[in-house]
Amino acid sequence: MRELIKKREFTLLLLIAVMLMLIVTQAPSFVSPENILRIINDTSILIMVSIGQFMVILTGGIDLSLASIIGFSGMAASMLNQYFPDLPVILILFAGMGIGTFLGLINGVLIAFGKVPPIITTLGTMSIFRGFTFVMSKGQWVTAHEMTESYMNIPHGSFLGLSNLIWAGVIVSLVMYYFMKYVRTGREIYAIGGNKVAALFVGVKENKINIIVYSLVGLLSGLAGVMWTARYAAAVNETAIGFELFTVAACVLGGVSIAGGSGTVVGVILGALFLGILTNALPVVHLSPFYQLGLQGVVILGAMIINTLSEKRNEKKLLNRRLQ
Amino acid sequence: MKKILVILLVFMISATFTFAAGQKDAAEDSPLKIVLLVKSLGNGFFEAVADGGVEAAKELGNVESIYMGPSASTAEGQIEIIETLIAQQVDGIAISANDRDALIPVTKKAMKAGIKVMSFDSGIAVGGRIVDLVPSVEELIGRQQVQLIAELTDYKGQIGVVSATSQATNQNAWIDWMYEEFKDSKYKDMELVEVVYGDDASDKSYREAVALMQKYPGLTGIISPTTIGILAAAKAIEDEGMQGKVQLTGLGLPSEMQHYIENGTCVQMALWNPIDLGYTSTMILEALITGKVAGNEGDKIDCGRMGTIEIGKDGNAVMGTPFVFNKDNIAKFAAMF
Repeated sequence: MRELIKKREFTLLLLIAVMLMLIVTQAPSFVSPENILRIINDTSILIMVSIGQFMVILTGGIDLSLASIIGFSGMAASMLNQYFPDLPVILILFAGMGIGTFLGLINGVLIAFGKVPPIITTLGTMSIFRGFTFVMSKGQWVTAHEMTESYMNIPHGSFLGLSNLIWAGVIVSLVMYYFMKYVRTGREIYAIGGNKVAALFVGVKENKINIIVYSLVGLLSGLAGVMWTARYAAAVNETAIGFELFTVAACVLGGVSIAGGSGTVVGVILGALFLGILTNALPVVHLSPFYQLGLQGVVILGAMIINTLSEKRNEKKLLNRRLQ
Repeated sequence: MKKILVILLVFMISATFTFAAGQKDAAEDSPLKIVLLVKSLGNGFFEAVADGGVEAAKELGNVESIYMGPSASTAEGQIEIIETLIAQQVDGIAISANDRDALIPVTKKAMKAGIKVMSFDSGIAVGGRIVDLVPSVEELIGRQQVQLIAELTDYKGQIGVVSATSQATNQNAWIDWMYEEFKDSKYKDMELVEVVYGDDASDKSYREAVALMQKYPGLTGIISPTTIGILAAAKAIEDEGMQGKVQLTGLGLPSEMQHYIENGTCVQMALWNPIDLGYTSTMILEALITGKVAGNEGDKIDCGRMGTIEIGKDGNAVMGTPFVFNKDNIAKFAAMF
């Protein structure tokens, strides 16, 4: 139990519980089972992509282009569906993921071999990918009428009472949890971010890790792109603009150090859920939209401070114990 | 050599004069040439404008409607076309301008040559045209949105608005007119409960629409006067299984909303219609050319099925309330824009 309390994830879980209780006083139906499922469904995309962002941040980098990758691969997949309605949707899903991976690979190669800092590389590709989305679509949208029923059903279809979108989130979470905890490459990602020099000495290849990490973000963003456009039955050119900052927020809330090297998949999932609950609750609470916007920032900052302080206290206790 | 050239030149000039004179004679009974000059060719929206021009020409009888446009939407391309139109001595040009200022010198030249020039859809600044026709005005748009949702909800219940961003000037002006319209006693059983902002992002608009339905159990309708908003709201209503219980209207593009209009999630919505723009422009030009009106402030022009249009200050004219799209006409318009 004591071990559990010390963990930052636990603090975040408590914060989520407190937030839910506060929301219930305002809107009692908010915690009904179907609404909880609705929120998890709504947050699944954020969870998937945030886990990708988490790996990048672990290495000490950041990916600002992932929202543009979501937009591009979502548009590409929707256009595939529009022009080849007979193409099986599973192929389109893989095509979307493939396109995303390729765009991520471009980031990875630029960072690994071009030696451009990640924040600059992805800032550049953020605009490039978004620009090419417009070029590819000629500014036109793909909407419900041009999509096939089976495409729109990719996230909506359900299995054992849960939507495919939730399943995708769950599967990504489990696979990535295992990958980061038990697979050698996953541990190497931690190593590079934790102590780069030491990692290089024991034979971790930095370039390889960078390429893997950015490609993986691309893959997850590609998946998210297909899910996003299918879910809203609309592929617009501005899909997901600004979403990259939400993924960074989810990571930091979940206890990922922006300097790299520390954080967990579970923490990121909780961070994303925290944001998901918040963005779903704010419109339901009777407040002017302007207060909502401000409140969103206050809550995120507040949670951040509480979370960091609790960790600091634990560290102090540990230090004291060691000194005694 | 020089002599031959001079003789040739004189011959050519006189030939041109005789030719022009011949044309003048023929013009007595030949139809008025009215050109609809659009931003670019190959755009469904403008092709519909051309259809409207042909419709008006048929009604008027004495008009030949000509549809023209550059291959790429540039001001240079339009200037070139206007130059040739001046040479051809057409009677009137209605322009959807690629640049509100760049066309002024050439349109002034056209007007000096006796050609009546007006702009529509995308206007030319004052001085470069006699009349500028805008599709609608804030008041008409806002009031019509309320009338549309009232028809759908049987004048009952709570109404929410899914807008774009909170700072969008046009959205806010329309919403102000919605509140104004709701003051009428026929809406006494209706209430505009909240305006939410989807920021023209599909995820936020969707979430806000869902929240409206959760927050107000008495919600009977949503108005979304923005293209992403109305799409996301339609999807939210569909996903929540509220079709028929929560009605939807707004401003949307037919090609984007066809699915939801055909399946009844959004029974009717509004937007200006390119056919009407082409039709009204041709009507106005005909009135200007034949001298029925001079194009001064306060002049009233009879525009057939579009009613009477009054020319306001600086030659600005307003076509009317936006066109309403529903199940019966959506397929036709979705193919255009």
